[in-house]
Amino acid sequence: MGTLNILVGVCLVYVAFLFLIAFAAERAALEGKGSWLRSPLIYTLSLSIYCTAWTFYGAVGYAARSGLEYLTIYIGPSLVMIGWWWLLRKLVRIGRSQRITSIADLISSRYGKSNLLAVGVTVLAVIGTTPYIALQLQSVTISFDVFSSAYGAELTESTRGSNALLVAAGLALFTIVFGTRNLDVNERHHGVVIAVAVEAIVKLLALLAVGIFVVWGLAGGVGDMLARIDASEIGLWQMRGDRWATLIFLSGAAFLCLPRMFQVMVVENEDEDHLRTASWAFPAYLMVMSLFVVPIAVVGLDLLPAGSNPDFFVLTVPLATGNDALAMLSFLGGFSSATSMVIVAALALSTMVSNHIVMPIWLSLQSGGASVSGDVRHVVLLSRRISIAGVVFLGYLYFRLSGGGSALASIGLISFAGVAQFLPVLIGGIFWRGATRTGAFVGLTVGFLIWAYALLLPSFGAGILVSEATLSNGPFGFGWLRPQAFFGITGMDPLVHAVFWSTLLNTMSFFIASLIGFPSPLERLQGAQFVNVFEHSSTPQSWSGSLAQTEDLMVMAQRIIGAREAQNLFEREAKRQGMSGLLPEPSPDFLQRLERELAGSVGAATAHAMIGQIVGGASVSVEDLMAVADETAQMMEYSSKLEAKSDEQARTARQLRQANEKLTQISEQKDSFLSQVSHELRTPMTSIRAFSEILRDSDRLSEDEKTKYSSIIHDEALRLTRLLDDLLDLSVLESGRVSLNLQSGSLQGILDHAVASALTGAGAAKMPVARNRQHEAVTLHTDLDRLSQVFINLIGNAQKYCDATTPRLRIEVGRSSGALVVDFIDNGSGIPKTEQAVIFEKFSRTGEQKVKGAGLGLAICREIMTRLGGAVEYLPGQGGAAFRVTLPEQVALAAQ
Amino acid sequence: MGKNVLVIEDEPNIIEAISFILSRDGWSVATHSNGHDAVGVVQDAMPDLVILDVMLPGKNGFDILRELRGSDETQGLPVLMLTAKGQVKDREMAARAGASRFMTKPFSNAEVLDAVRELVAG
Repeated sequence: MGTLNILVGVCLVYVAFLFLIAFAAERAALEGKGSWLRSPLIYTLSLSIYCTAWTFYGAVGYAARSGLEYLTIYIGPSLVMIGWWWLLRKLVRIGRSQRITSIADLISSRYGKSNLLAVGVTVLAVIGTTPYIALQLQSVTISFDVFSSAYGAELTESTRGSNALLVAAGLALFTIVFGTRNLDVNERHHGVVIAVAVEAIVKLLALLAVGIFVVWGLAGGVGDMLARIDASEIGLWQMRGDRWATLIFLSGAAFLCLPRMFQVMVVENEDEDHLRTASWAFPAYLMVMSLFVVPIAVVGLDLLPAGSNPDFFVLTVPLATGNDALAMLSFLGGFSSATSMVIVAALALSTMVSNHIVMPIWLSLQSGGASVSGDVRHVVLLSRRISIAGVVFLGYLYFRLSGGGSALASIGLISFAGVAQFLPVLIGGIFWRGATRTGAFVGLTVGFLIWAYALLLPSFGAGILVSEATLSNGPFGFGWLRPQAFFGITGMDPLVHAVFWSTLLNTMSFFIASLIGFPSPLERLQGAQFVNVFEHSSTPQSWSGSLAQTEDLMVMAQRIIGAREAQNLFEREAKRQGMSGLLPEPSPDFLQRLERELAGSVGAATAHAMIGQIVGGASVSVEDLMAVADETAQMMEYSSKLEAKSDEQARTARQLRQANEKLTQISEQKDSFLSQVSHELRTPMTSIRAFSEILRDSDRLSEDEKTKYSSIIHDEALRLTRLLDDLLDLSVLESGRVSLNLQSGSLQGILDHAVASALTGAGAAKMPVARNRQHEAVTLHTDLDRLSQVFINLIGNAQKYCDATTPRLRIEVGRSSGALVVDFIDNGSGIPKTEQAVIFEKFSRTGEQKVKGAGLGLAICREIMTRLGGAVEYLPGQGGAAFRVTLPEQVALAAQ
Repeated sequence: MGKNVLVIEDEPNIIEAISFILSRDGWSVATHSNGHDAVGVVQDAMPDLVILDVMLPGKNGFDILRELRGSDETQGLPVLMLTAKGQVKDREMAARAGASRFMTKPFSNAEVLDAVRELVAG
């Protein structure tokens, strides 16, 4: 019993020593003297909490059972430290610039400060870590058990339980004392870190001591040792590629994602440069830790009776050889491994639980927001302490309830696989700006569900949480959902299976949900800051002069509301302030106005945040803001482009439709025109043919008849010629290729000529023309021949179609709003209203009905007048048929 | 067998030509030159044959023919249509309206005479 008492005594002294060192460190830090505390070496050693009791004791057991596979647990983190140095640096930089307190904080902060996400990550981390804490308590208890049984003192179950409780209480106390001494803004705990560093040395020394004892004390040096290894069954173990790959990935991922690793690596980091040292020193530490694992395992297997637990060879080999002091050192090594893990894990988890669960609940319970001012610090500390106690007690509870049985043995890897689910969200969050909160949420949920279903629940054994039927046949008989053989793929190692599917589906759903969804402005802002952390945190962000601020506001405003708008706004504001330049003072009044302007484009919250960031000079860099502003502008531009495009398409479609209608119309007009031309040509040809046949075939015609029919043929031939002339004339006029022969002449002369030309032949005498020669004394400058052609046509029409018994024509010259007008009015019955609209059309036929008298004449008149810059139109309400020719003012003026 | 032909046509020279040709062959020719009252004129005169132009002032030849075909008295009356519009669709319209024969201007006198003889002989 004496040795046992010594052991207890040594433990107490050791714990007291740790308390002392921690106190000293805290004091030194407080007095600003502890520069040695901030050394890369301490940082590296603190990372060694990666090596828990599971590693300290378990690695040897692992090697005894599975050969060199235990090495994967060391290779993963080493690869991360060496190969992913830049990723760690980015994490550390983000952690510092964003004042990140935990991995839950990092993830929630990256995805738009979502507390739901933080709560989710916290809960998952607690679920993943609690069994691990229980494992540490178990290892301490069992190692104590091993010691006592070696001295013949069988511990009762209750003693075992109370030992565990004692240890748990002590660890909780230590964590509370050094983890919540004060509320440091950057969450650094020098006391804890230094204690962890000391424990790291102790466990390394203990393992080295046992190793050296084994190799040089029990075996006959290195040569003999290697021979014994070759002879043992460890040398025969076959390496399984899939398990190796999975385990290396898993331990690397866990190294990044474990809450306690995040705590020491990111939160407690003093200086980014420490990573430089740690990147080689930590792998070296791991290598030394793993150096004697195989020798101890081989010697233990040889030395100890078959059936002894290889997990405690580190302890039992010295004990069996009567080396009590070494056994005690070994015990302290295991004790250190366990305690340092529990302390840091409790610290990390309590921060998460307190910040993301307890505090939000407490704050929401405070009805009056105003009372939350003075004693929040106190509340936060209390909440932390309760959380620490809660987390450690949870671990203890798990240990007691699980009965400390073999279920705990596999907890290490299961826990790793659980926290590895954070990896896609973590990596995606710091390298991919498109990652969204929804994506993170979906990915994490999917990953953890699969992890729990495929790995955690079955780990308790068939029939405990998962029924045997479910394991072998799938839930409700769905074979493809068997927990350890998704989609019917059997034969996979359960761990490999769970890690493969959970990671794959987690990553896939994270990406897909991110791509489908759209990040909120805050998410985009945070995303930009996280992804571009190196671009802005290297340059100081102090806003020295107020003018510089205004300029930055200007640049930002230009990107959001457009250059001209922004310039106008700033100029207007400067004028309002009575400033001479273009930039106003950043007065509160102006800022408020600007914010309102920006809010119209990007929304109130973002506008507020942007202005706040620039004016307040806070942690968001201008580059980030600009990136977000650019994105916003691009999106707005894009959407307006799309809008414009669809407008344009609609317009084009409308134009095409109109063009098509017009073409159809023109085509119909052409058909109808050809049909009319055909008709107009065939009619005189009919007479010509009929009468020429009559003249040819009849020999009994009188001379009168012969004369009459010949003159009909002659007249109709002339009619044909006229028609062809008109067609050609019209075609030239319509094509616009007509050249005008501009001359000066008097209107009177033109009318004289027109009347004389039109009124030839039989009708001339019957048609008196009334004119006012005084009014006609106007000199014109235009194409006189063409104008005359119009007049002749109109007078000729009057002569042909006036149906009065004594037809008369009046020609009146006047002025109408500056233009010269010449009216031709007869005393006939006029043209019916329905026909007035069509008489100027070619052949002017409405439907199949013939409008009396019209051919191409008026159509030609209209074309001519258009060319001359005037018009010809029907003048209704004049008694008879009346046409008005309008000549533009300049035609008359130019001649004067 | 009657010898009465009614010519409905608005072009005076063509009326004159057709009248001359038919009269010389022994037909008794009546003429009418607008579309409005053409149907009434046909029903009053009840000739043995109508020569009908298409483009008439007031009402076109197709409409007149349709009306004639719709009336019991003139349903079977031989109608020879003459038109200066020589397109296929005009020919089709004439057939649909019920023309006994359709000729395009300009025509040969012998053709018209033959057609008139055939149509009246039935």
